[in-house]
Amino acid sequence: MGRLKDAVIEKILLACALISILTMIGIVATLLFETINFFSEVSIASFLFDTKWTPLFKPAHYGILPLINGTLIITIGAAAVALPLGILTAIFLSEYASPKFRQVAKPVLEILAGVPTVVYGYFALTFITPLLRKAYPETNIFNAASASIVVGILILPMVASLSEDAIRAVPRSIREGAYALGATPFEVSTKVAVPAALSGILASFILALSRAIGETMAVTIAAGMMPRLTLNPLEGVQTMTAYIVQVSLGDTPRGTIGYQSIFAVAMVLFIMTLGMNIASQLIRQKYREAYV
Amino acid sequence: MTSIKIKNLNAYYGEKQVLKEINLDIGEKRVTAIIGPSGCGKSTLLRCINRMNDFIDIFRAEGEIDIDDKDIMQMDPVLLRKQVGMVFQKPNPFPKTIFENVAWGPKIHGTKDKSTLNKIVNNSLKQAALWDEVKGRLKDNALGLSGGQQQRLCIARALAVSPEVILLDEPCSALDPVSTAKIEDLIVALKKHYTIVIVTHNMQQAARVSDNTAFLLNGDLIEYSDTDTLFETPKDKRTEDYITGRFG
Amino acid sequence: MDNVTARKRIGKVFWAMCLASTGIALIVLAMLLYDSITDGLPWLDLQFLSSFPSRIPARAGIKSALYGSIWMMAFTALISLPLGIGAALYLEEYEKESLLKRIIETNISNLAGVPSIVYGILGLALFVRTLRLERSILSGALTMTLLILPVIIISSQEAIRAVPKSIREASYALGASKWETTRHHVLTNALPGILTGSILALSRALGEAAPLIMIGALTFIAFTPQTPFDPFTVLPIQIFNWISRPQEEFRFLAAAGIIVLLIFLLSMNAVAIIIRNRYEKYSRW
Repeated sequence: MGRLKDAVIEKILLACALISILTMIGIVATLLFETINFFSEVSIASFLFDTKWTPLFKPAHYGILPLINGTLIITIGAAAVALPLGILTAIFLSEYASPKFRQVAKPVLEILAGVPTVVYGYFALTFITPLLRKAYPETNIFNAASASIVVGILILPMVASLSEDAIRAVPRSIREGAYALGATPFEVSTKVAVPAALSGILASFILALSRAIGETMAVTIAAGMMPRLTLNPLEGVQTMTAYIVQVSLGDTPRGTIGYQSIFAVAMVLFIMTLGMNIASQLIRQKYREAYV
Repeated sequence: MTSIKIKNLNAYYGEKQVLKEINLDIGEKRVTAIIGPSGCGKSTLLRCINRMNDFIDIFRAEGEIDIDDKDIMQMDPVLLRKQVGMVFQKPNPFPKTIFENVAWGPKIHGTKDKSTLNKIVNNSLKQAALWDEVKGRLKDNALGLSGGQQQRLCIARALAVSPEVILLDEPCSALDPVSTAKIEDLIVALKKHYTIVIVTHNMQQAARVSDNTAFLLNGDLIEYSDTDTLFETPKDKRTEDYITGRFG
Repeated sequence: MDNVTARKRIGKVFWAMCLASTGIALIVLAMLLYDSITDGLPWLDLQFLSSFPSRIPARAGIKSALYGSIWMMAFTALISLPLGIGAALYLEEYEKESLLKRIIETNISNLAGVPSIVYGILGLALFVRTLRLERSILSGALTMTLLILPVIIISSQEAIRAVPKSIREASYALGASKWETTRHHVLTNALPGILTGSILALSRALGEAAPLIMIGALTFIAFTPQTPFDPFTVLPIQIFNWISRPQEEFRFLAAAGIIVLLIFLLSMNAVAIIIRNRYEKYSRW
């Protein structure tokens, strides 16, 4: 009796665990199904190499390059903000800060990480963009620079806290070895602890950048809805995510190519972020082996 | 020249006193062993000599430790540690190449010239009796070496900044007997050039390698004399009990 | 002779750079709060909380979005908690090291990195279209469940792992079955940790707009939901809607909405922190 009950419960719990597998299959199947429909009308070559993206008007062009351009320019900008600040914050928290300071700083970082991305969008539009326009009057109301800065701030806590974990995982004995040779705290942290944690730090960078690539609301609000092939951060751009939002805000009926196009774009987004996540995991696994 | 004079040293972890009125003269170019049961304060005493205890927030020390008649309590710890090298209980090579491990110390202290660095690395590895085993693979990661090799690498790393004193904190406790024998030979060879202080819980080791031995118990220095005297005719009853294995 | 002074100076400069970087996080948070509060506070009153959205800014309010968010949170919690805890129990208590477990765990960490908008697309195709749940609270809650499930599972696993083995052994030694042991000892002891992690995951769902926009929650909603099959809007979507309007007054409404959203969020975090602190105080093994 009890044994039967145990067996049934085990199956129920197994079913819960298998939902994650089904979710992954569901995502891949959904994206694949409509993407295939999309590519029955649009050639892969024009999707990858056409330099215009105008699926919703005539003449329709389906070149994803402007969207990738928009996504990458914001991701690179965000990296320029978040990576240096994040790593320096991580070093400060792991090497210099007193336990008391950490107790205050960590929750602040957690709150920063938990602020909804629409709020970051609002902050970009009403605070950062006006500042940029004061400095560079030619700045567009919707611009990549402002979006980059807020996305950078948004991924900063992730870089800082994951890098801090990696640096703190460097054994105390190795630091002591360096101090015993007459090293200063600066030398111990930058020449021993950080290099030893490098793969963990790298993993955190990749994970944070993949987050930036998938970020949606802040970039939709701050960078605009205009797909452009440009490197000028003061102009508006459209990211892959912002395009998906744009289509779903309108009334694009199922079965049309406009509807299918969001699946194709989402597929590119999914492949990019999944690839980066896997890379980050592999790097982290390698670094765990280093001390065992 | 490099003698160490410890005068009226008291040390505390928070409220707890761990070293009590230690007075100890450590002779130059000799091996001095500090023995005693675990928790007697021998490692704490050793770590006072290069101020590694500074990193422990609740640690406090009073008294004087003179190296070449200069009180190290008043010295810059960075300069002090360049002069006083240390080898730890567990080998702790940096996760870098063998070459980088040895060259790291001289580099931070300002040696940039490549050929000078090469010379320092070669000499240090030879002095640490590791050269023959690693000469073909200086670019390999140091974590790939065996435990005994890693510990000799750590000794080479300490020698590379040309210290005058070397502190060894139970350097063989994590090693097999063959590696231990190699390191003991090395210690005896090194005393020609360096003043060596070794902490060990292994009395045979102290007897084998040291010229002088200090016996510590509960933070008190019970007895200090040349090694033969201490092991053969200890003056204090407690020393005798300890070395004959009646406790600890 | 020695270069110590110069080296220490570099160290000081570097220390200052690290401190400044850490300070930036704090300053940005302060500016962000200041920006929204100064813009929104004058608009935040009882009328704002108790009115439906309107084309006239002075009459517009956040009632439907606030109700929508509460409904959303309740249903997401109701669905995601049992599933997440069940999966975590299976992985920690039932499945020993095996290929299946490795696959599931790798898959969960991959899912945790999938952009939220992709979950929205899945929700649109699966719940709205295929299962014909339409643009309902239920569709939204199911989509949000899939989104936060990886986070709930991972944090629950950590909490379960922290329960010492000796407690399980003590239970088995009394003749308890696997499920009795799991339910009475593992789950009870891990529950505070599980709840802390789950509330934080839910608070992430509270701030998410993108997946719900995908399933079509962005419509003009001037009523509060009565059943889980009703259409809805939520706070972040209402805020996004107001931000997108050109008139300045709507920006202020957005700021007022942000204050409401942040208060909602911070109270959820506060609950999580209270649970965590209690748990740390009373159950140290």
